[in-house]
Amino acid sequence: MSRKVPQEEYEKTVSYRLKRWLEGTKDPFLNTVEMRPQKEFEEDEQTVRAREKDRKRNAEKVYDLERNAEIRIFRKVYRVFSVLFCVFLVMMLLTAVSWLPAVGEADRPVNNEVSKRYIENGLQETGAVNIVTGMILDYRAFDTLGESHVLFVATCTVLILLRLDGKKDPERFDANDRLHEPKNDVILQTVAKILVPPIFIFGIYIILAGHLGPGGGFSGGAVIGAGLILYLNAFGFAKTERFFTAKTYRRTSFCALACYSLCKSYSFFTGANHIESVIPLGKPGAILSSGLILILNICVGIVVAGTMYTFYVMFRKGEY
Amino acid sequence: MDFVQNFPFFSILLSLFSGPLSSVLNAKWAKRVNAAVITVIGCMSAAVLVYVTGTGQEYVYMMGHFPAPWGNEIRVGILEALMALFFCVIMLLSMIGGSRERELELEESKQNLYYIMVNLLLCSLLALVYTNDLFTAYVFVEINTISACGLIMIKQNGRTMEASVRYMIMSLLGSGLLLLGICFLYDLTGHLLMSNIKEQVQLLALSGNYHIPLIVSLGLMSVGLAIKSALYPFHTWLPDAYGYSTLSSAAILSSLVSKGYIFLLIKIFYRVIGFEIVRESKVIHVLFVFGIIGMIMGSVSAIREDNIRRMIAFSSVAQIGYIYMGFGLGTAEGVIASIYHVISHSASKSLLFVAASGLTDASGESLRYRDLTGAGYRNGLAGVAFTVGSLSMVGMPIFSGFISKLLFAQAAIGHTYKMLLTLIALAISTVLNAVYFMRTVIRIYTPVPEGFLIENAQTVTVRQQPSKSAALVCFILLNLFLGLNSEPIIGLIQRGLEMFD
Repeated sequence: MSRKVPQEEYEKTVSYRLKRWLEGTKDPFLNTVEMRPQKEFEEDEQTVRAREKDRKRNAEKVYDLERNAEIRIFRKVYRVFSVLFCVFLVMMLLTAVSWLPAVGEADRPVNNEVSKRYIENGLQETGAVNIVTGMILDYRAFDTLGESHVLFVATCTVLILLRLDGKKDPERFDANDRLHEPKNDVILQTVAKILVPPIFIFGIYIILAGHLGPGGGFSGGAVIGAGLILYLNAFGFAKTERFFTAKTYRRTSFCALACYSLCKSYSFFTGANHIESVIPLGKPGAILSSGLILILNICVGIVVAGTMYTFYVMFRKGEY
Repeated sequence: MDFVQNFPFFSILLSLFSGPLSSVLNAKWAKRVNAAVITVIGCMSAAVLVYVTGTGQEYVYMMGHFPAPWGNEIRVGILEALMALFFCVIMLLSMIGGSRERELELEESKQNLYYIMVNLLLCSLLALVYTNDLFTAYVFVEINTISACGLIMIKQNGRTMEASVRYMIMSLLGSGLLLLGICFLYDLTGHLLMSNIKEQVQLLALSGNYHIPLIVSLGLMSVGLAIKSALYPFHTWLPDAYGYSTLSSAAILSSLVSKGYIFLLIKIFYRVIGFEIVRESKVIHVLFVFGIIGMIMGSVSAIREDNIRRMIAFSSVAQIGYIYMGFGLGTAEGVIASIYHVISHSASKSLLFVAASGLTDASGESLRYRDLTGAGYRNGLAGVAFTVGSLSMVGMPIFSGFISKLLFAQAAIGHTYKMLLTLIALAISTVLNAVYFMRTVIRIYTPVPEGFLIENAQTVTVRQQPSKSAALVCFILLNLFLGLNSEPIIGLIQRGLEMFD
């Protein structure tokens, strides 16, 4: 042994104890520090059930208005504050409106070069006698393209909400559908027989003459939709479903919107790339004039009519 | 004109067209069309971004044969292209991540309606990003609102009905205020095109005419868009809408819909009113205060929440607060920080939603906090992804959240009286974020004790949920990319913002 210190003394030093601890032959905490294995997390069934019950009772308590003073007070304060807030908003808006440029003055900011060109050059540039139609379907056609898709997406949302799929029970529907209405009402049917054809023709006229006078796709489509609803009310689903079903609606509105998108894509693309458009404007005042406006009006009309009818059917029956 | 310049127009029209197209397709094809459309639009946006960065020039694209104040036009700059690209990436990943949930939770016959909503939502986001006309923006805000409502409602149960009614009411209130503001502005300036309004507003500001209606209009538009993007006191629609809707809806709503409105607000500040006038008005102080309150109250509500989806939703309230606080600072640095936070928050929030759904899949579809014990072991990838998202939200270095917090702090420094408030709010909010996110991370990595019953707990492997796992991996990589490689993106945002003036 080459140790300078004798074994006995070496055993008393710190380094010897460290060595033994490292080797694992002696644990300095063993028998000196009290050690206990950790208690396992335990929960008997009763406490679990009590906890769950508490959870449920909490919810009951919260919504019990008799006992919950917080909600009661909140409701009262809420009413007062909502009135105060509305008064404040109304006052603020009225004050702001009173500071706006006066109506009817010649030098209002809105009387600028924008409206001037619409009024003076609208007829030559769009070919539409009705300047409003020329504006919404030619100058600002992108906005109207968005607007017709607003209608489409609104119909789809109503379909999501109200369409009953796979829950068909024909007897129940037939019984419920016309519970409070007379079936085969002679007066209604006679009036409808007389009125529906003129309504359709009038609607079609409004759409087709949209570029010549007051009217257009939105109003004409609404008239046709109203005619369809009247026909449905008089004669029932059996008759209307011969020519107008969900499939018809989907296909017509797809065709109309696709046609609108394609027509406008062409004119946007040629316009932006400064390519001359090949679509003739025609003679102002003729029915076949003003370029794409007539086609666009028809597309918008189809979409609007389908939308009106679908809304009605969805709210009434939920499927067709 | 280069052909690439047509791409923004193509992408808007393509997504618009694919909406009605999905209505005549069955669910399977509608899904394919949707994925293809988003991918194609993403590629086109990337090409536009490369093109615009190369030329260093923004350009306007005429929508039709008539030049701007008469016709419609869209405007393409670096920031617009970046946002469009980013929205496409997030939307694609969210759709992939939530495809299993859609098949389980939605009625078979209504699935194609879901894709109509998503396509039109993408279209409206793109139009909001690119538009140079306030009225066009309003039209597409309408599409955005209605389709978002459809996305919440399509999973039909009582909770989502209530949530969508709330969403509808609040969101329409916001649209109404926005429309009022636009009407005021039109009456004062006679224009709807952003650049023309700005010219007129500058003249009005110099002459001092019509000061009151101008400020009221700015206030109405800011409040309207703040309601729609769930700034603190208007956030009540948010937790239910994000908490109970189907997974991809929650991810899309939280990371894209509210961000689209925020981007529109930035456009209104910079391109319609002019940031100088916005800074001088008191409106940004209001946004600043509500942003700060939102940062703290959102986190406090999240701490009290027992449902993991709602907890993540409440965390959105806090993060929206950060973004508005950045606007409230009233400096270009603040806005850059906000835009970066828009990006980083979208990336981590959608990651968190998808990861949380992976964890609940392993815990018997239970959203309760208690049942998530040990879920990180039962679904390894989702656990890692949730941890990454949480760390990013808390603001750990190498993740994207750290960079945005750093940018906010840097933007605040040098500000006279807002500096201290911002820094204190950032510190408190970070601690609160850490409380609820780290608590959840610890919970999912706590081994399940003996006798601790979780109903229907099961191990979920990557192979069982291939699409969700792929989406999670992409999301993790995206977060790391944003955290490690933030310089070029901040540079792009900076250059894009300079183009706005």
